[in-house]
Amino acid sequence: MGLLTFSRGGIHPAENKISAGKKIEFAGLPEQVIIPVSQHLGAPSKVLVKKGDEVKTGQVIAESSGFVSTNIHSSVTGKVLKVDAFPDTSGYRKMAVQIQVEGDEWVEGADTGDELITSIEYTSEEIRDKILKAGIVGLGGATFPSHVKLTTPKGKKADHLLINGAECEPYLTADHALMLEKSRELAIGTKILMKGLGVDKAIIGIENNKPDAIRVMEEAVSGDPGISVQALQVKYPQGGEKQLIKAILNREVPSGGLPVDVGVVVFNVGTAYASYNAVQKNRPLIERVVTVTGKSVSNPSNFLVRIGTPASYIIEKAGGLPEDTAKVINGGPMMGKAVSNLDIPIVKGSSGILIIRKEESARDAVKPCIRCTKCVSVCPMGLEPYLLMAQAEKGMYEDLEKDKVMDCIECGSCSYTCPSSRPLLDYIRLGKAEVGKIMRSRKAV
Amino acid sequence: MSQIILYTIITLVAIGAVAAIILYLVAQKFKVYEDPRIDQVEEALPAANCGGCGFAGCRNFAEALVKSESFDDLFCPVGGNEVMGAVATILGREAVEQDEQVAVIRCNGTPEFRPRTNIYDGAGSCAVAHSLYTGEGGCPHGCLGEGDCVVVCDFDAIHMNPVTGLPEVIDDKCTACGACVTACPRDIIELRKKNKKDRKIFVSCINEEKGGVARKNCSVACIGCSKCFNVCPFDAITMNNNLAYIDPVKCRLCRKCVPECPTDAILEINFPPPRDKSKEKVETASETTDSGGTEKTNKNS
Repeated sequence: MGLLTFSRGGIHPAENKISAGKKIEFAGLPEQVIIPVSQHLGAPSKVLVKKGDEVKTGQVIAESSGFVSTNIHSSVTGKVLKVDAFPDTSGYRKMAVQIQVEGDEWVEGADTGDELITSIEYTSEEIRDKILKAGIVGLGGATFPSHVKLTTPKGKKADHLLINGAECEPYLTADHALMLEKSRELAIGTKILMKGLGVDKAIIGIENNKPDAIRVMEEAVSGDPGISVQALQVKYPQGGEKQLIKAILNREVPSGGLPVDVGVVVFNVGTAYASYNAVQKNRPLIERVVTVTGKSVSNPSNFLVRIGTPASYIIEKAGGLPEDTAKVINGGPMMGKAVSNLDIPIVKGSSGILIIRKEESARDAVKPCIRCTKCVSVCPMGLEPYLLMAQAEKGMYEDLEKDKVMDCIECGSCSYTCPSSRPLLDYIRLGKAEVGKIMRSRKAV
Repeated sequence: MSQIILYTIITLVAIGAVAAIILYLVAQKFKVYEDPRIDQVEEALPAANCGGCGFAGCRNFAEALVKSESFDDLFCPVGGNEVMGAVATILGREAVEQDEQVAVIRCNGTPEFRPRTNIYDGAGSCAVAHSLYTGEGGCPHGCLGEGDCVVVCDFDAIHMNPVTGLPEVIDDKCTACGACVTACPRDIIELRKKNKKDRKIFVSCINEEKGGVARKNCSVACIGCSKCFNVCPFDAITMNNNLAYIDPVKCRLCRKCVPECPTDAILEINFPPPRDKSKEKVETASETTDSGGTEKTNKNS
């Protein structure tokens, strides 16, 4: 098969995959961890521990508080210092559990060995249950609880599982490193998700700038006729769920719909690996691969980081904050958000910490829109970003809804391409938030 | 030749006359009666079309006034009691007087009191900044300083002070239309009763965090200690979620609370220098007022 890609819009930002080829390295245990109780989309989990409690690695410290919610586990062994509100990336305080680290003793039943367990001895219900109990959420960044995705809504049927290894975001290499080193576990994780979902076809989509990952993954799935690997052209935002479906299966998710409407469910490679650990090894989601990178960083790396570790700790591990740093971004350069404080904890959705130099970070002065429609032609969702921005600026929320602002996947291609440096996505995000509020209040009535 | 011109004129006049008669008859047939008082009331209104009354413009408000039975919930903040009195005369009703109001900025987080911890270079809008993060100073309730309130003011009554980074209201120009109150994503701006000589006493902080947390980000934050609450002789102060609030109607401007505040979060503005025993303490408080730049506002106007 030739190289596939999605048809509408898209951009080609500089890849800057500086940390590619670096082995995944365990970052170690910090002195304290701060584990937020809302690391997923949906209802925050209910805290089960209190100050002074002793917790073990993998112990549930907050339980799911609804269908769209999940469990949160302690990522270390230690003593609970505080259950209080701590600042997150935005600086706003959110409920979290602070734990003084004393060691790394796992809860009973968890298999911490490296031995590969290939046979899947669970039914699809058991798999879903294990995934919920292990607190697995979409590790690509959206952090949607995985057990919800595995539960196909009534009247709909999935026929394909897609595993997202596109990693189209510049700089980030966490998924790449995972595919290279844990290809066999990933293949089993994929089979587990297939069984949980009840489908017999799975395709792993990987962008062509990672030929080594494509080769390794092809080898790992060679014994399984249901799973194949699909090489993709390099184009941002290929890792977007809807773009990936369009690229691989040429199906278009309807506006406002879910991938399952066209018979597809998409999981990130990180999620597949976490599912393997949860189902085969009884290990809940307490760590993830995080890329720490940047042009001035002395040791750009892919770290295996325990959830709740302060960003400053892993930045130190990667050689410390360079002197010419202007911005530290939680995530990649396109979709990540600048942090307001370096002690923010790594959460389930953190895929990278990007350290940006002064000369790269400056935003040019905002100039008037020249109606060049570059933003329209790069929008992968077929929206009109210049119009949405103007509407959001003026508070025209009804028009925003009519013009499908909620379809925006916030990929930032419009802001990236704008020759007038207009803050398109900034305003569209604001408009989305407001329209979302209006839609929810309408539902509540 | 002259005949053609003549016929043309006759034809046109005839068409015009027929059309005029049809129009007249149609107009009579479909005539909509409109209360002539609506025009009169509209004339009396300030014609600012600011929306401060809650209606789309002065015409809509005039219609509502004429239709209404009483003046409950109907008030033109821009015209104030004078205009409402004129409207009452036109409608032959008793005028309802309301306290005049003025917009007040309830944040004193200047760079001096609330040190900057980062630089914001995103879109120049408070609403955008608010949806992204806590702001340059770290206080999740404080003024973001991007000037959304300045943009919406139709009366040129609010400006950003480049030194303090906070907006300033020019009391004489402020009409209390409330546009800035709605525009502020953090609900910092409040419409408060206008007192004689533009005197004001208010808690210049809306931070509801615990005292220690609030003070860590800003040295003039209200820490919810209740000292002002305990000293107020008129029950004008209420404590809610670690935050003191002075009711502008109950407050009699005695200023007893001002020297009590350990963080100088209560501002007194446009008062003469104090003479009484607690001279020293009050002086420190008014110094804060000066550096907050609020005093300057009135000199400018």
